[in-house]
Amino acid sequence: MAAIIDHPRKAVAINPLKTSAPLGAALAFLGLDACQPLFHGSQGCTAFALVLMVRHFREAIPLQTTAMTEISTILGGADHVEQAIGTIHQRAKPRIIGLCTTGLTETRGEDMAGDLKLMKARHPEWQDISVVFAPTPDYIGGLQEGWAIAVTAMITSLVPEGPATPAGCAPAVRDQINVLAGSHLTPGDLEALREIIESFGLTPIILPDLSGSLDGHVPGRYIPHTLGGTRLEEIRAMGRSIHTLAIGDHMRAAAEALAQRTGVPFTLFDHLTGLAANDRLVTLLSEVSGRTAPPLLRRRRSQLVDAMLDGHFYFAGQRVAIAAEPDLLLALSEFLTGLGCTLSTAVTSAPSPVLNRIPTNRLIIGDLDDLEREATGCGLLITHAQGAEIAKRMGIPLFRAGFPLFDRLGAAHRITVGYRGSRDLIFEIGNIFMDHRAEHAPGHHQRHQEDDDEYSIGSQAAAG
Amino acid sequence: MLKQKLQDVLNEPACATNQAKTTQDRRKGCSAKALVPGAAAGGCAFDGAKVALQPIADAAHLVHGPIACEGNSWDSRHAASSGPQLYRTGLTTDLQELDIIHGGEKKLFRAIGDVIARFDPPAVFVYQTCVPALIGDDLVKVCALAAARFDKPVIPVNAPGFVGTKNLGNKLGGEALLDYVIGTREPQHTTPYDINVLGEYNVAGELWQITPLFERLGIRLLASITGDGRYHDVCCAHRARVNMMVCSQALINLARKMEERWDIPYFEGSFYGIGDTSSALRTIAEMLVARGAPAELLARTDALIAQEEAEAWSRLVQYRPALAGKRVLLYTGGVKSWSVISALQEMGMIVIGTSVRKSTDSDKQRARELLGPDAQLFDQIPAREMYRMLEAGEADILISGGRTQFTALKARVPWLDINQERHHAYAGYDGMVEMVRQIHRELTNPIWSQIRAPAPWEGQE
Repeated sequence: MAAIIDHPRKAVAINPLKTSAPLGAALAFLGLDACQPLFHGSQGCTAFALVLMVRHFREAIPLQTTAMTEISTILGGADHVEQAIGTIHQRAKPRIIGLCTTGLTETRGEDMAGDLKLMKARHPEWQDISVVFAPTPDYIGGLQEGWAIAVTAMITSLVPEGPATPAGCAPAVRDQINVLAGSHLTPGDLEALREIIESFGLTPIILPDLSGSLDGHVPGRYIPHTLGGTRLEEIRAMGRSIHTLAIGDHMRAAAEALAQRTGVPFTLFDHLTGLAANDRLVTLLSEVSGRTAPPLLRRRRSQLVDAMLDGHFYFAGQRVAIAAEPDLLLALSEFLTGLGCTLSTAVTSAPSPVLNRIPTNRLIIGDLDDLEREATGCGLLITHAQGAEIAKRMGIPLFRAGFPLFDRLGAAHRITVGYRGSRDLIFEIGNIFMDHRAEHAPGHHQRHQEDDDEYSIGSQAAAG
Repeated sequence: MLKQKLQDVLNEPACATNQAKTTQDRRKGCSAKALVPGAAAGGCAFDGAKVALQPIADAAHLVHGPIACEGNSWDSRHAASSGPQLYRTGLTTDLQELDIIHGGEKKLFRAIGDVIARFDPPAVFVYQTCVPALIGDDLVKVCALAAARFDKPVIPVNAPGFVGTKNLGNKLGGEALLDYVIGTREPQHTTPYDINVLGEYNVAGELWQITPLFERLGIRLLASITGDGRYHDVCCAHRARVNMMVCSQALINLARKMEERWDIPYFEGSFYGIGDTSSALRTIAEMLVARGAPAELLARTDALIAQEEAEAWSRLVQYRPALAGKRVLLYTGGVKSWSVISALQEMGMIVIGTSVRKSTDSDKQRARELLGPDAQLFDQIPAREMYRMLEAGEADILISGGRTQFTALKARVPWLDINQERHHAYAGYDGMVEMVRQIHRELTNPIWSQIRAPAPWEGQE
């Protein structure tokens, strides 16, 4: 649907939208319990990612480095990896180490999988520690892509192979369901999703589960690695679930890997924002659990419908500009155009199969400078915290979404999934539109730009 | 070439830490305490170079590398500008897989051209990073070609992350100024009162707590290197009479080499603490007079110091009753390990210990003198031990940087940010009053008694 404009000839990114793939992988590993993510690169690779995550979550973040130097890069970094794992094993004593490569070590090129095998053979004392390896060169993709690589790696290295319910194997747990959570979901989203799933009498295993580890708790003791998140036993038990929900197209590869290893069937959701997506979720959960929707969800659905009725006046005809990673962009743009907005500018960070479903005529794989240049005349900007200066310059209100959100409290607790999260998102964005409605004044009744409606008229005609 | 530069910078004769080393240790460079894989913390050389140069506000700062180097870090420090905002724009070649296979030089050249066409800055600083360094992109040559083609200063900053620490990167940033910037332009006029300040980055606007003092004394800040800096001012820095070096470890090579090349004497001083601010102002005045400024500057300086000190102390008195007897753990480094102690002690606070990481021997000596024999001088406190100390109530407040913020907060102990991420300015006389005011606010905040109260179910079960 969308005409995708890449910038293959553009030599410089101005005000990048993208953060790095290893950062995304580290974030996914932070959703595992007793885990220590480790970057195989120079210490700066870790320092930058660490600082950004600390600013976003306002939490101490365990993230280590193999501290590569110029010489160790050229000679090969396997012994730095070995030393790092040894040190972490000894000091922090995590159960899982999430090893992510970087641009530096990937450019040099190392057989990390082979090296790891040899190391494990040399170190029988590492038996109680699982090293999950995620190859994440900085020069391919961004946060979302790195997250996806890490989740797939968790499955292929931690979930035992074997079908769910053959004789001799542990039988499927009737009420157990897997959730593969995409990077566009916050800890608050996961907490809300768990509640919805549990209301059907189901027990979810969420992978990765940031709602356990990065929900901002005060543990009452010192912990050097993650506390909370998906436990190793849960990951190993994923093959015994009756179904897998994958949220976000970038979780497709992980869902396929899990299905292939264990035979657990999966259903893919692009996102869980808006009425239609949640109706689909509730339908599926009803089928899987054999139970009808509980009264609480029925009530919340009704509240969402009411919010749509009350709120749509403020959304109708609004021109919105969004810069976000592909799956978040799809979620927000479907939600907003579903309330009558026009997506006049869409910028994303990397190629993705979902891009041709973004409801717009024009989509740019680019940076926040593209957003700034294209968004003139929009009623709302949506992007991460680095868009604040741009919004100020343009005099357009900003709704912050994505990563990083270092200039907001509670970034981790923002909820946009479920009937209730969707309802609150209508209120939050609708209130911004309400605050910025044009005042009635002489000269206010200008002729409207009808070409803005071109896309929606066109798509309605096509739909009709 | 980079190798020679590294040898040169690592063997800095004016560096006290370096002087104290044996010849063998000196050869190993600044990071003689080698980084331990799996237990290392801190930024890389690229980070340090950018910290040192990016505050030049009207220049463009272009990072040649994959997205991690700039995408994860741009516009993350609070080095303030009174005018141009271009330095806050994130610019990177965002190298992709094919760029790495084919080499990134052409893309970099086009990127420099695009940046100049778009922003028309007085200069472009181009930062090398690990990946293009590894594949052999010739940064210096591309910058030279671009400078000739676009008729604009294009400055290569050759400090890829993997050559060393943030501190080394600071120095390599200083080298770039020496090699390509300072001395390339003449000031419109000079005065006997011209000085440069080196290593002050105007974090949270701290430079602006000092410049009014200079103005009242008629001292002209010829170039700020680099807080709220302007490219053409830095070009003219070689005509100053005196250099004040604020963050000694960072740009000592720059100070020493400016003395060598242009006979500019330098001294190391600090604007943290009341006594230190006074002694810095006095030293500047003395050195200017020694270089030919009228001697009456000394009397005027003394008068200003007396007035400012009296005013600062009188403003501080009000906080004393609430702060007296409170115990402080000071966890920072360099001059800050001792320079704020006297103000805290004047408030009746007890400094139970201070860290002397990144501090020179004379820093340690001064901390020892101020604190007496009982206080502890820490090198590094492991996070686990720091949590234990705070949890056990050994200190009432932790004054530190962002890295230990959550260790304090999770132990439910008040915390004050004194490092580069802070939003409050603590320099000069006003800054010290501000710091004490912030400590007071933090310690007396009503949340502490609330959050330390037990939960309803505690004690019931």
